[in-house]
Order: sequence, then structure tokens, then C-alpha cells
Amino acid sequence: MDLCYSAEEQSFRAEVRAFLEAHLPADIRDKMRLGRRLRKEDMVRWQKILHARGWGAGLWPKAFGGAGWSVVQQHIFEEEGALAGAPPQLPFSLRMVAPVLMTFGNAAQQAYFLPRIVCGEHWWCQGYSEPGSGSDLASLRTTAMRQGDHYLVNGQKTWNTLGQYADWIFCLVRTRSDLRPQQGISFLLIDMKTPGIEVRPIITMEGEHEINDIFFRDVRVPLENLVGEEHKGWTYAKFLLGHERTNNAGIGHCKRGLHGLKQIAAAHRANGRPLIEDARVRDRIAQVELELMALEITNLRVLTAFAHESRPPGPEVSLLKIKGSEILQRIAELKMHMLGHDAIPYLREALESDWAADPLLAAHYPDYAPPLTGHYFNQRKTTIYAGSTEIQKNIISKTILGL
Amino acid sequence: MDFRYTEEQLALQETLQRYLSRHYDFERRRDLARSAQGFSADVWRQFADLGILALPFPERFGGMGGTAVDLLIVMEQLGRGLVLEPFASTVVLCGGLIRDAGSDAHRSRLLPEIGAGRLKLALAAYEAAGRFDLDHPACTAVPAAGGWRLSGHKSVVLDAPSADWFIVSAGNGAAGRGLSLFLVPRDAAGLELLPYPTQSGGRAGDLRLSDVRVDEASLLGCAGAGLEPLQRAIDQAAAASCAEALGVIGMLNRTTLEYLKTRKQFGVPIGAFQSLQHRMADMYIAEEQARSMSLIAALHAQDPDPAIRRRAITAAKAYVGHAARFVGQQAVQLHGAMGMVDEHIVSHYFKRLTVIDMTFGDAEFHLARFSDSLLATASGG
Repeated sequence: MDLCYSAEEQSFRAEVRAFLEAHLPADIRDKMRLGRRLRKEDMVRWQKILHARGWGAGLWPKAFGGAGWSVVQQHIFEEEGALAGAPPQLPFSLRMVAPVLMTFGNAAQQAYFLPRIVCGEHWWCQGYSEPGSGSDLASLRTTAMRQGDHYLVNGQKTWNTLGQYADWIFCLVRTRSDLRPQQGISFLLIDMKTPGIEVRPIITMEGEHEINDIFFRDVRVPLENLVGEEHKGWTYAKFLLGHERTNNAGIGHCKRGLHGLKQIAAAHRANGRPLIEDARVRDRIAQVELELMALEITNLRVLTAFAHESRPPGPEVSLLKIKGSEILQRIAELKMHMLGHDAIPYLREALESDWAADPLLAAHYPDYAPPLTGHYFNQRKTTIYAGSTEIQKNIISKTILGL
Repeated sequence: MDFRYTEEQLALQETLQRYLSRHYDFERRRDLARSAQGFSADVWRQFADLGILALPFPERFGGMGGTAVDLLIVMEQLGRGLVLEPFASTVVLCGGLIRDAGSDAHRSRLLPEIGAGRLKLALAAYEAAGRFDLDHPACTAVPAAGGWRLSGHKSVVLDAPSADWFIVSAGNGAAGRGLSLFLVPRDAAGLELLPYPTQSGGRAGDLRLSDVRVDEASLLGCAGAGLEPLQRAIDQAAAASCAEALGVIGMLNRTTLEYLKTRKQFGVPIGAFQSLQHRMADMYIAEEQARSMSLIAALHAQDPDPAIRRRAITAAKAYVGHAARFVGQQAVQLHGAMGMVDEHIVSHYFKRLTVIDMTFGDAEFHLARFSDSLLATASGG
């Protein structure tokens, strides 16, 4: 039992920190720090920089072009990145489709897709949820009919994140309908340029375009784009969700958020004094920090257990997802509340990186304020996406507790 | 970074678990709680034989040289067994104080005796109006020929009735001059003990000291410099109490889960109801998170930097205190009326968690202290 970082891990941290200082572009860092709109180009640029250093995919095995890091190294990398203002890496590519391809894909799929993911050339998105299939994912109805050397895909996917930028989408599709719902599902890789795909934006309550409906009308997908065995997609889907939820502890995001929250509490004033000096405000921040301290260790305990036991993530990740999402929401809520009535203005243009406040406004309105209310609205998603909190508790009840 | 126990630690855990499951069931525990002494001298001897009474002491004083993680393992098991024996008072608190603040003479005389199970001590550090404050005792120590004269009142001295010696904190009557720690024998003239049971079946008492004379060798550490070692000992005991609470939480979760699977209403096990499943899931999460915090506390318990040590332990005590309250209250709730009765072990687990929370600073006390530590770091971002 040792909570201390080893000498190697400490020098790795120093290496990461030095790299971030030297290579994280200032314009991207500033967008992250001020919560302004991040473009596809920003995320791709950062992925290419990481790739050039050999850090494009920390947790991937070296054989697949990854850095082969331990979970502790990945944790250090994310922690340092979050504090430095590095943008997130695209989870759909790195953490979702890639582990599925490594585990269930064939050699040709691995050889073609994995290098293009790690270098930032391919942007992936996820085709899971459908209008009638949210928490009950296995009821999905998008069909893929075999026709000669291809599948013909018809249906609709929804709540698709950042698909407007995507080159590829991984989809769960129904290839048989005469079995139990879980038994007729397959896992398909679909080129977003294929005729018959339409991406339609869904604007969420904060006014941003993050998610989409995606329509498939007679979309022809080559048979070789099937992953693993036909009708076995549900197994791969659950495997992927395990990996997705591992990431959803989001320790790096949480740390960045807490750091920002403390900075705002120190900078924002009420009655001439910084808010952090108000014990009632401070206690609320302290409570979130305690949750995060506990989750950080729980996360490492769970991840190192997977590593030591050489097994894929299990149902314990549901705990990480529940707590991580709650912490993100709480931080977003507290940040907005720090602002008082400065939370009310809706300044859409203020999310652009070149925004400068009108002099009248700038006199009292801090530059960190504009995104915070929208961020609060946006973060309500975290306890809903990737298996809602209630679904996670069902998983814990059934799988861990045996109820 | 590694969260696995060593072979030796796993063996320690298993040995203690096996011993307690064989010799310390609920019936036995209840009989002991009702007995005159409140615990078993026989079990205490067994603890000495198992080596746990010498666990955190250096080997040159007959100790096992155990770490704070070893202590966490022992405390978790003592929590699971609802053990009444005065382990925390004698070994963790007073033994720790003697180890860290005592002279070599104190150590070589007392630590082997503690380890052998021949000596029990209790810490008299809190006073009636002070809540969880350790500083500014009203109890005074006045220099006298060849020693000191102690006078004052110490409240809720845990495990006082069975103690052979007390460690008493006292000021010198002038504010801001610090406090000192004294070893006072149970039979000292002028020392009065008012014993009573605790809410969780243990024993405690108030002490009245009226001109109690102790010699120069009774002073533990330096005169006027007792606060730092006292706080350190309390921090370490608080860390250990997190592990004890963790053990109780684990048993409450196990017992409650078993009940949800066996108790039937409306023709089905009540665990089939989703509202109860989700509550149980929340209790499971609370246990896992409390374990993480207990680990943080244990792994920082010996940190030479008092600020780092304190921040970690105070965070853990706050978090575990809230988790313990949540699990305890929900366990009683999910057991229905069964959880209310003295005959059922659930009520005893719940009461033990409540008393642990109220010991060494409750969750609110520690949350406030943790919260105030944010002021120190706020300026640095």
C-alpha cells in the first residue's frame, strides 16, 4: 500500500509539465481557461501535437501506437493537462471505438483505423441512442439488412455528440429481429461521407450546437465494416460502455473545475470582500473538494485493480460515473452562483475567443463570467448521458449487490 | 502508487478476522457490554498474544514497527466486531503520545508494558465547556517541589474506568503559555473518577483533580509544549477511527443487503423494489468513498508536515462522518422496525457509528476546519 508517487512517476509528472509549458498553444489554453468555444481545429491541433510527442493515446498499448502508460501515468497526464488548460482528447475515438477495435476488431480494421485515430486524422462519433431507445438501449430499431457485399442501413440515431465534425461513426444496428433484443444487434463502422446520411443539429438549452440527430436512409456499408461477429454487437457495446464510464470519473475535468471555482471565489467580491472569506460559500466548496478527494482515490483503486488483475473495467465504473458527474454538476452550479446577478446576461458572442466587453460592461463584468450560466445548463447532461445515474444504480444493484 | 496489502498485512487481517468471528459474536459482545468491567481481560490478553497491542511501537521498545496502514487494518476489524476493548485509547492515543513525545525512559518503561497487555491508559484532554478544543485547558499544573500539582476537571475520558494511568493535559494558569501533558497514576491522591457507560456500550468517565501531586518524571515532553504532540496524537486517533467506522459501515451494508434479499413483503424480497435498490447502491458508494478517505488519512497519518497531515485527516474525518451517518440512518430505515430494537445488531452498529462521529471532532467540526484551510490556499489559487 503506497499512496505516494514513485520517483519515476514524479519525474514523469515533471516531464508532462515541461511539455505542456512548451507545447500547449496559448490561444487554446486561454479558451479553456475562460470557458470559450473550442473548435474542432483546436482539438485536432492538440491531438497532432500530442501525437508528435508519442503521447497521442496514453493508455493504448505500444503495439497499437499508444504510449503504453500505466493508469497512474495517465492520471498524472490528465491532472497536469487539466491544470495547464489543455483541451480534452476526443473520447469517442480514443476511449470508445479504439478499445473495441483492439479487442474485437480484425487485423485489417486495426491497421487502418487505429493509426488514423491516434494522429488526429479521423474524428469519430457515436451512434447508440435512438428516439425510442435511451436507457433501454437494447430496444434500438435502426436496421442493417445484408444485401450482397454490403449492409443497407436505415434508421435514426440521436443525442450524437459532435457528429457534425465526424469522419466516422460507430453504430449499433439491428441485424436480426426474431431474437431477444440483445441478441440481434451488430456493431458497424460507417463512413460519414456515405450517401444517405443526414446530420441535423439539436440546439441545447444553453444555445450551443453540441449534439445531433443523424438519419440513415438506405446507407450502403461494406460488409468488412462489421466489427467482430454479426449479432454479437451487444457484448461489444457493453464493453465499450465500461471504458466510457471509466473516463467519466473525469478527475481531470473535476480538478480543472474546482481550481476555476476557487479562483472565482477568490476574485469575485461581495460587500467588498472576496467570496471565499464567507464561511457559507467556503463550506460548499469544501464539500465538493472532499467528494473529489475521495473519488480521485476510488478511481485509482478501481483502475489499478483492473491493471493488476488484467481484466477489462467492471461494474465498479458505475460508481465512478455517478460521483464524477455529480461533482461536475455541483462545480458548475457553484461557479454560476458565485456570480450573483452577473449570472443573468446571455452574451452569446462572449464565448468567442476574440470577444472584448463593451467598456461600460467591462468596468464591472469579469471575463470569466459569460460562459458560466450556460455551462451550468449544459452540465445537467452529465447525470443523463452514458447511462443515467439511475441506470448506473440499477447496474450496481444487480451486478455488484446481487439484488 | 499501489493499493494492495502486502502478504503480511493480509495475514494480519485474516488472523484478526478469524479470531473475532470465533470469539466475539454479538451475544458475547452484549454480555461484555453489560459486565462490570465492560470488556474482556481475556480478549485483551489475546490481543497482546496476537501482537496488535505492540503494533505501532518501534521494535527496540518491544513493538512490531507497524505502519498506519497496519493500524487501519486492525481498526477496520475492530469496527467490524464492535470491539469494546480499549485499544484506541491505550495503543493509538496514549501509546502514540508516549512514542512520539515521551522520553526514552518513558518509552522503555511504558511501551513494552502496553504491548504485553499489562498496562492500559486513557487520555484526559477534553473539558466540559471546550467542545472539541484541545487548547486552553482550564485544568492547571503548578510547579511544586520536585514536580507539579494538578487541579481541574476533565470530561468524557474514554476508557477511563479501566485505565492504570491517565495522560492529562493542563495549562499553567496563564493564557497563551501553552499546555503540558502529565502521566498520572489511577491511584494518585486527589484524583477522583466518575465512571459511566457510553452510548455504544463502552466505558468512560469524568476526572476531578484536586491538588494531585506528580513528580518531574511524569511530565511527557516539554513543559508548555504539549499542544503539538497532543494534536498529532488526536489526528492519528482520528485517522484510526475512520478505519473503525469503515469496518462498521461495511458490516451494516452487509447486514442490510442480506435483509433486503431475505425479508419478504407483498410476496417478494423487498430488495426487488427499485427505491430500495438505489438506496443500497448509495450505501455501497458511501462505503467505497469512505474507504478511499480512510486510506488518505492512514497514508498521511505519519506525515512530518503537520499541515499536510492535518488537512488529509480532517478531510477524511469529515467525509467518513457524513458517510457513517448516511449508512447508519439508512440501514435502520431499511430494516424497518427491526432496526430500532436493542436485540438486533443493526442498532448497535448505528450507535457505534454515531459515537465514532462524536469522537475527536464530528463531521461538521472537521468540515469547518477543512473549509478554513481553503483560505490559506485561496490566495495561491
